Amino acid sequence: MGGLGGGVGAVLTAVARVALRTGAVLLLVSLATFALGQFAPGEFFDEARLAPGMSAGAVDGLRARYGLDRPWPVRYGRWLAGAAHGDLGPSLAYNAPVASLVAERVGNTLLLAASGAGLAWLIAVPWGAWAAVRAQPSIARVSAVLIAVTLALPDLLVALLLRLFALRSGLLPASGMTSPAADGSDLADVLRHLILPAVAVALSLLPAVWRHARSAVAETFRAPFVLAAKANGIPPARLLFRHVLPAAANPLISLFGLTIGSLLSLSLIAETIFAWPGLGPLILEAASARDMNLILGAVLASALLAMAGSAVTDLALRAADPRIRRPAGGRP
Amino acid sequence: MKARWALILLYVAALAPGFFAPYDPEEQHRDSVFMPPSVAPVRLFVEGPEYLVAGVAPGRLHLAAFDRPAFPLGTDGLGRDQLSRLLHGAQISLYTGLLAALITLAIGAVTGVLAGYFGGWMDGVIMRLTEVFQVLPWLYLLIAVRAALPLHVDPAEAFALTTALIGVIGWARPARMIRGVALGAREKDFVEAARGFGAGEWYILRRHILPQAYGVARTQAALLIPQYILAEVALSFLGLGVAEPVPSLGAMLAPLREYHVMASYWWMFAPSLALIPLSIIVDKSK
Repeated sequence: MGGLGGGVGAVLTAVARVALRTGAVLLLVSLATFALGQFAPGEFFDEARLAPGMSAGAVDGLRARYGLDRPWPVRYGRWLAGAAHGDLGPSLAYNAPVASLVAERVGNTLLLAASGAGLAWLIAVPWGAWAAVRAQPSIARVSAVLIAVTLALPDLLVALLLRLFALRSGLLPASGMTSPAADGSDLADVLRHLILPAVAVALSLLPAVWRHARSAVAETFRAPFVLAAKANGIPPARLLFRHVLPAAANPLISLFGLTIGSLLSLSLIAETIFAWPGLGPLILEAASARDMNLILGAVLASALLAMAGSAVTDLALRAADPRIRRPAGGRP
Repeated sequence: MKARWALILLYVAALAPGFFAPYDPEEQHRDSVFMPPSVAPVRLFVEGPEYLVAGVAPGRLHLAAFDRPAFPLGTDGLGRDQLSRLLHGAQISLYTGLLAALITLAIGAVTGVLAGYFGGWMDGVIMRLTEVFQVLPWLYLLIAVRAALPLHVDPAEAFALTTALIGVIGWARPARMIRGVALGAREKDFVEAARGFGAGEWYILRRHILPQAYGVARTQAALLIPQYILAEVALSFLGLGVAEPVPSLGAMLAPLREYHVMASYWWMFAPSLALIPLSIIVDKSK
């Protein structure tokens, strides 16, 4: 594994490209979500109209105060101008700035998604590589059956059963991120709460990663250069770690990039079931309250996480695969 | 091959869940709330509550009915028969999966062929869009779009909405694969020959390029259907898909979010078990 290579200039160009792409995507997503929100029949203040003692004039006043009486392109322009300063508008349902609400949650989602993915990769890659190397029929069959079981179990059921286990056994906390007595600074307490949702996410990712790891390693083992290395008398351990795994890394890293979207979606389900205070419960509450600013904020935050994940994937690919570092037409 | 017939049979059976269901899925047995599973002697092929076949034709004949009230999979919090709801819910979920996959493949085929065959700026724009759609978390997008639509809609609309949303969100992967096929097909000799005979662009697209995408489309469908059934389950579980009183697999699991339901009434897990053979059958037919 070399460094990021290709010179500082190449890395800077890559970073600039990623930043540009992320900005463009966020702009696109915000515009689409904002425009969609305008076609929505009904809005946040509809329920206020039904409240006794609320006059039509009072509701109109509230709408004017939040600028809801203006045409939507004007409002989008204003929102964009605010967003440039990190102000994502007010959340009507929470009566607080969206930016701070989202900022509270985005780290929690990142923590859960990263732990879930990390756990899945740490288990699935060595296990898959092992299944590919030791092609004993019995081991391969046991692995295949275990993987088939995890594959057949629906993600939702896995999460529900884990929660049921926690509720019945009392061994691990079944919901939330902190115990009522503890505050957020107690790391051990947060980690205990993290275990079950992270395992739920990891179990859903596991089969795909395992299958890719196994096939990538098995395929590389059949490559001519491995045969040549074997013929030169390279010992098996060195063969695996020095020759096969680096060559098999590319498809696995690419797989990570392709599963980021589902990772965040899986994390949303786990967050809802385990009441983990991430972006998932936030966007669901925003959706049922029709709080368009908050929905927009949560979607943007999830898009930002996804784009960050894909940027990390690109950097990891550059580090792991010399072919990608090579500038077009030049030599490494 | 066997698996494919099983799947076709399943889809035909799912057209008339009312025939297999002993009760109306919305009938509330108010004196039997949260009843554990029970059985009773059955009579076969009897007249019962009316139902619709394929959503249009009325029928009254049921496969079986119980001599006295019995609920093989228990009842839910409103005293509704879980088995009957499960059968009707499976219909919704299966057809959501199938129709959404068809929508995805239609969008994917059009965009993929356009990008692969014409190339140029169209290829650039479409491919950048697919990259974005592949990276973004689909469930967040789905919720955001769903939130923009009316929350309380009638069941048929909710079904159509859910299906269309799921179908549109997933277009990127098939589009990329079909683009690859079109890119290769463009260079084939018979395409060149057809062009030499004076065939127009649309004729070539329709007769020579699209048919080659058929194989990719079929394997993609086999992947998309189970994936979309599970997407529908997730959406309805979160309360944003097909809504009460119409049953769907996800909506039936939603009560499990409450502690007392999960801890006390184990038969409420029954719908999730139905997902297992479902995903295995659909998975094997690839």
